[in-house]
Amino acid sequence: MRKVVSLGLAAMMALSLTACGGGDTAATTAAAKDAETTAAADSAETTAAAGEAAGAEAGTIKLGVIGPLTGPAATYGIAVANGADMAAKEINAAGGVNGIMFEVQAEDDENDPEKSINAYNTLKDAGMQMLVGTTTSKPCIAVAAETANDNMFQITPSGSAVECVANDNVFRVCFADPDQGTVSAKYIGENKLATKVAIIYDSSTEYSAGIRETFVKEAANEGLEIVADEAFTADSNTDFSVQLDKAKEAGAELVFLPIYYQEASVILKQAHDKEFAPIFFGCDGMDGILSVENFDTSLAEGLMLLTPFSSTDDSSKKFTEDYVAAYGTDPNQFGADSYDAVYAIAAAVEKAGITADMDYSAMCDAMKTAMTEISIDGLTGAGMTWNAAGEPNKAPKAVKIVNGAYEMQ
Amino acid sequence: MKKNKLLIQNSITYAIVIACWIVAQILISTGNMKSLMKGLLVPLCIYAILAISLNLTVGILGELSLGHAGFMCVGAFSGAFFTKCMENVIPDVTVRFLIALLIGAAVAGVCGILIGIPVLRLKGDYLAIVTLAFGEIIKNLINAMYVGKDASGFHFSIKDSLSLGLDDTGVVIIKGAQGITGTPKAATFTIAIILVLLTLFITLNLINSRTGRAIMSIRDNRIAAESVGINITKYKLMAFSISAALAGVAGVLYAHNLSSLAATPKNFGYNMSIMILVFVVLGGLGNIRGSMIAAVVLTMLPELLRGLNDYRMLIYAVVLIVMMLFNSSPKAIEMRSVFMDRLKSKKKPAKEAA
Repeated sequence: MRKVVSLGLAAMMALSLTACGGGDTAATTAAAKDAETTAAADSAETTAAAGEAAGAEAGTIKLGVIGPLTGPAATYGIAVANGADMAAKEINAAGGVNGIMFEVQAEDDENDPEKSINAYNTLKDAGMQMLVGTTTSKPCIAVAAETANDNMFQITPSGSAVECVANDNVFRVCFADPDQGTVSAKYIGENKLATKVAIIYDSSTEYSAGIRETFVKEAANEGLEIVADEAFTADSNTDFSVQLDKAKEAGAELVFLPIYYQEASVILKQAHDKEFAPIFFGCDGMDGILSVENFDTSLAEGLMLLTPFSSTDDSSKKFTEDYVAAYGTDPNQFGADSYDAVYAIAAAVEKAGITADMDYSAMCDAMKTAMTEISIDGLTGAGMTWNAAGEPNKAPKAVKIVNGAYEMQ
Repeated sequence: MKKNKLLIQNSITYAIVIACWIVAQILISTGNMKSLMKGLLVPLCIYAILAISLNLTVGILGELSLGHAGFMCVGAFSGAFFTKCMENVIPDVTVRFLIALLIGAAVAGVCGILIGIPVLRLKGDYLAIVTLAFGEIIKNLINAMYVGKDASGFHFSIKDSLSLGLDDTGVVIIKGAQGITGTPKAATFTIAIILVLLTLFITLNLINSRTGRAIMSIRDNRIAAESVGINITKYKLMAFSISAALAGVAGVLYAHNLSSLAATPKNFGYNMSIMILVFVVLGGLGNIRGSMIAAVVLTMLPELLRGLNDYRMLIYAVVLIVMMLFNSSPKAIEMRSVFMDRLKSKKKPAKEAA
């Protein structure tokens, strides 16, 4: 018995030691990182000082970014973090907003609501004053409840579920899911792309199911006939032959894919193998399909998608070049959304006359009104405005993939 | 003598939990606690409850269950469903939450009995595989379920929310795979700690009772237990369903700590079941206090490692392997006991000299 107890104690000691060890490493690295950021901020300030003398005195506003930086949805989170980082650097290099600099810190949430709250709290500890995030819908809903509680200003670049902006302190840059479904159905109906439509959607994501629901509603008004309506879930997103067979048998002329590009690339490949060649039509989650590894981009030829952002468009040429130079990959819509989000914050900060020494709650109150008064020409839309509910007002663009590049329709 | 020792051991376990609560309260009231830790307090309690309750099945009953997250899922959804329905009827948040806790526990417990009846006929690996399957079934059932409420009552569908046929006043409560959104945050650290204490109280008392000894006798030798007249089915089912009910409580806490609840592979899938099993195995099979501590350490570790950015999950895995080896490999145990002996022998001569 004594031996057991002593063993147990030893084990506990070991556990606590390991725990302490873990804590220490984290602390040291965090400290090291802090040092790095300060260094970065210093250099930013020096550049700013060259641009504008008042720069250093007005201080910095700390922006937090939350998104999946690891895991299957990492592309979105990394793009959002990069976009925000780039916008902040540009603003700082141009002398900031009335001399106020922006500093960006990104935290990983693994696309999990629980981890997202942890990321949010970590950022709060780090002195975040406004939140650019979160990237994905489900974590966004969870975090929005916390920001409403704390009265922290939040602008989500890509949280498209309706509930994301339920609180008045949350704004978004992207379209809401229901809007995308309605607009897609209208676009297909008005341009007479097809009358027999099949849908393949992911019933386990808020994004996909939300778009599909409003698409089905609007399709009835547009005279579209839905011949196949097939779902898959996050557990079964590797083989779509059943869904494609059903669509093919039903004689679908157009397959509507309100899903993310990873799954869409598999669908396009399998449809090609089955010699099934309808028009494929996607929403903004499809953006990024040309950058999927080991994906034959010729399969995406003729694919249409609704996206507010095209990297080959004239308005985004400079952004694309800078982005590739800085991060080595092509930007996607998520990066553009967060880039716009930071510029929207900058515009609202200027409008409301916010100073960096205000606490986040006071900032939030000022931002709430300022956001509805600004209008910015961003990458994802010209003359973007926001209403008090947090929804953006901008026109969607449809693009078609021709010769491996987006072409505006 | 034996009884005294037991009492001391159990008191230490309770004391650890209460001490944690006191320290946390002091830190909060003096404003020394980081937001990250504040946010982690309730999840830590949730995982502690899960680890303790699974230890009842794995450590005390001796059956490997890989479907524990399924029961947590049942509890979470039934609790959140109740809260959503009763939002206007019972205005007091705490009262509503307490009722939700009871309901979550009851529903998960009943599920435990229903699943336990066919499943507990199996043993060992077979049982593990079947519980794994049941956990997945529960998750997928909830993912396919649409429930709405309007003036004429509840509507149910397994197709989509449009086919519920709700009238204008209707609200969709469970939206299939998107789950339940907008559950008010009712879980507080104090309630969570009380639930941990309650869980400990139930498990420790069960283990040290006549029933507990009967359950452990099934673990140690089924045939011998049967031969002395112990009703195997009854005791097995009892341990299994109590463990399920406690997991249900953890689920209700989980649902009321986040405003968006969905059954994803990450939070209620087998990944989570295995995660809980890791807590139990690391803490020690049958060692309630150990599994509680393991749950706390392993939940905090990835958050404390945040400073390492992309490497943190890698480090986490390495630390996990090292901890497992240190804790359980025969060589490590031998080394530790040698080390402890040396410490003792060093102390003794020192005392004599003095």
